[in-house]
Amino acid sequence: MKAAVVLLPGLNRDRDMIAALTRINGAAPQTIWQTETEIADDIDLIVIPGGFSYGDYLRCGAIAARMPVIRAVAEKAARGVRVIGVCNGFQILLEAGLLPGALMRNASLKFVCREIKLEVGNAETVFTSGYAKGQVIRCPVAHHDGNYFTDPETLKSIEDNGQVAFRYAEGTNPNGSLNDIAGIVNKAGNVLGLMPHPENLIEAAHGGIDGRALFESALGAAA
Amino acid sequence: MTIPNTFPITEDLIASHGLKPDEYQRILDLIGREPSFTELGIFSAMWNEHCSYKSSKKWLRTLPTTGPRVIQGPGENAGVVDIGDGDCVVFKMESHNHPSYIEPYQGAATGVGGILRDVFTMGARPIAAMNALRFGAPDHAKTRHLVAGVVAGVGGYGNSFGVPTVGGEVEFDARYNGNCLVNAFAAGLAKSDAIFLSEAKGVGLPVVYLGAKTGRDGVGGATMASAEFDESIEEKRPTVQVGDPFTEKCLLEACLELMQTGAVIAIQDMGAAGLTCSAVEMGAKGDLGIELDLDKVPVREANMSAYEMMLSESQERMLMVLDPSREDEAKAIFVKWGLDFAIVGHTTDDLRFRVLHQGEEVANLPIKDLGDQAPEYDRPWREPGRFSPLPASDVAEPEDYGAALLTLVGSANNCSRRWVWEQYDTLIQGNSLQLPGGDAGVVRVEGHDTKALAFSSDVTPRYVEADPFEGGKQAVAECWRNLTATGAEPLASTDNLNFGNPERPEIMGQLVKAIEGIGEACRALDFPIVSGNVSLYNETNGEGILPTPTIGGVGLIPDWTQMARIGTGNPGDSVILIGRDGSHLGQSIYMRDCLDRAEGPPPEVDLLEERRNGDFVRSVIRNGQATACHDLSSGGLALALAEMAMASDHGMDIDLSACQGPSHALLFGEDQARYVITVPADLANYVMVSAEGAGVPFRQLGTVSGASLKIGSLFDIAVSRLRDSHESWFPAFMDGTLAPAAE
Repeated sequence: MKAAVVLLPGLNRDRDMIAALTRINGAAPQTIWQTETEIADDIDLIVIPGGFSYGDYLRCGAIAARMPVIRAVAEKAARGVRVIGVCNGFQILLEAGLLPGALMRNASLKFVCREIKLEVGNAETVFTSGYAKGQVIRCPVAHHDGNYFTDPETLKSIEDNGQVAFRYAEGTNPNGSLNDIAGIVNKAGNVLGLMPHPENLIEAAHGGIDGRALFESALGAAA
Repeated sequence: MTIPNTFPITEDLIASHGLKPDEYQRILDLIGREPSFTELGIFSAMWNEHCSYKSSKKWLRTLPTTGPRVIQGPGENAGVVDIGDGDCVVFKMESHNHPSYIEPYQGAATGVGGILRDVFTMGARPIAAMNALRFGAPDHAKTRHLVAGVVAGVGGYGNSFGVPTVGGEVEFDARYNGNCLVNAFAAGLAKSDAIFLSEAKGVGLPVVYLGAKTGRDGVGGATMASAEFDESIEEKRPTVQVGDPFTEKCLLEACLELMQTGAVIAIQDMGAAGLTCSAVEMGAKGDLGIELDLDKVPVREANMSAYEMMLSESQERMLMVLDPSREDEAKAIFVKWGLDFAIVGHTTDDLRFRVLHQGEEVANLPIKDLGDQAPEYDRPWREPGRFSPLPASDVAEPEDYGAALLTLVGSANNCSRRWVWEQYDTLIQGNSLQLPGGDAGVVRVEGHDTKALAFSSDVTPRYVEADPFEGGKQAVAECWRNLTATGAEPLASTDNLNFGNPERPEIMGQLVKAIEGIGEACRALDFPIVSGNVSLYNETNGEGILPTPTIGGVGLIPDWTQMARIGTGNPGDSVILIGRDGSHLGQSIYMRDCLDRAEGPPPEVDLLEERRNGDFVRSVIRNGQATACHDLSSGGLALALAEMAMASDHGMDIDLSACQGPSHALLFGEDQARYVITVPADLANYVMVSAEGAGVPFRQLGTVSGASLKIGSLFDIAVSRLRDSHESWFPAFMDGTLAPAAE
């Protein structure tokens, strides 16, 4: 499978993501710069990494979501191409309307970087098939605005549809997210957004490989 | 509209620029006429303490700055040290004390931004940051506000820029009530054959302005940072710059991209004294003149005067001398990253610094006298007094040893700093091997299978206050020891010397003796100083800070799979003390926090012993024999054991009956050159025989076992209870829910 990483000024976990995808996929992902309006047809997985796109000066992800490259990502997503947004990437997917809800400032009002526990909420998505439902994994977080919020109807629908891919587990919710939501997929199941950083837990040097199965699933099982 | 450059040069105006009458006379002698208003500003910017090191230069020259691995010592934006395989580490530490006290968030943020820029100006990609922070007493009215603002500022900039913060210090003392300290360290990786310097070369070449636009923020910042504080401090807020980490991240990427093309001849970031300092340094170092046309400078605001443009400390800006044939290529890179790119002048052969604005020459000064030939003082200094020895028998034992340890573990100065470092991104870049909370931060070297770098920042200000010479030595030794405790070979260091007003002989005496001690230790440990910064005038209403010469060190780990951490001992392992039994209680935190006494001399540092014991510990780690290692410092053996127990979540059963001396000295003595290691039981004898053979003192103390820290019949405390005490102080303090009794 071929992967691509979206590059926007201010993103800063792009190198982490490129390193992780390279290690897992055996080939470096293609990179797509902010001004590009078309994404090659042979790309099977598009990843928007973490960081502070455009400084996050207006609202996290708000400026990025209006860039041409994100419109191109949305078109691909509509055609079923897999898309993962991590941290700022998740915020961008929400701002772009590819996923429901919003991420507010952490309940602590502080940036938080620590390891938390994640429970796999749905192991039947293309991103989580390498895990078992209910499995608890380790994963680091590093963000200032990861407090997931949405209206009650949307919350009910994403819960009922099995769209909650990951939940903070064992009392480790670091940001006050509703229902401990850490990551969600869209209704079609081909777009995943999550706040934690699985790309920072994929090799021995990271002290664990719990994040690996996510990328292996996303890259492996596709036709 | 023409913006005036003519103000009468009065005595008040000269004094408000921080220039002394004799310095002004020197200006008159140099240029043979009265300076223009802009010229006065330029002199003020270049000759202040912050930029000229005029009080410290004589003494800084005595420091060892060379070594087989040193590629670039002090004098450039950062020091450069060879780490083999064609790679080098580029690093420096710099203070942002004055601005952080006035405006904590932006002061700290731009301190981080400034040091990152210093590193990537040299062509290095930043890979690690640290911050040594010092605040007033916890119960002082401003302390919480400063802690919250500074920590958020450090995180706000570093997290957004994308560098992991892997270490640092946070300390409280009433002597910092009026002046907090923010010392920011950054390190980057570069190729040894692709280091960029600030020395301009070639006449008639374009001088290019890069990065963010120039605004009115930070005008006169460097001069402000070279003065004491008084009641008028709130009026100084406009001298603090405002940071934009997004632009800095773009500037990093654009600079590294441009450097790869080979178009850059010289480059200098605009830090203190902005455009003035960067242009003068590039010209003076290269024995060239510089002519600047301010009408070409990208500005954020209309109607800025020449004076404001020359003294603005707007952030995220660079000045560069460019190969003219590559101009279009260079410009395209900066346009891609959305940054300003403007040719604002050129190099000349007349050694003059000329500034044009609106068709008028607003400054024409001799560039060498502004830069590398700025004034230098040999200020009078007084030999500091010394404390007479304080035997342990003159220090009361605690009634309850367990209670004493819990007090220390949960005290303001020794409790967990988790509240602080969880606000820093410690993991970004995916190379962090050891996070804050251990002896040193460790980061893997990208592109290598096994290599890693260790970073530590250290100083014990109460030791330096009691004896500046020994305290200076100890700061270096502790940094060297912390690196060694991970298995790293200490390579080189950077010094950030924070002191009070050098015009007072007793303060100057502290500075002189501390530098002497630092120099002696660096020579003995082959740990040269390759970069640094001096921050003087840390005084408010005549009271100076504790003398605080922070040492930031870098060490090399050839194989990170043979690296030690503090919390990785396994049940059944033997616990071994390397070094002498504890005996020295003078200036210990046991005396300070349990007895409220600050007496006696600090522990002496025997540098030969330091080296011998450290080399032994490093060999044990590299041979794969140590399962964990921790250096002994404040709080002595007791605190080190407690920290290892908390980090590993395993208890220890310790027996001190073979040790010599009273229990409180054994447990809380702060004697130097010591470590605790844990080794598998079947290797304990081998390690101890090796120690004996190496002439290294040791004690077998006990074993890793159970869930409590048990020291003979003195105490038996559950690790969970130690941890509750250790983790609770900081969050409670910041929430304002600290029980008064705990303070």
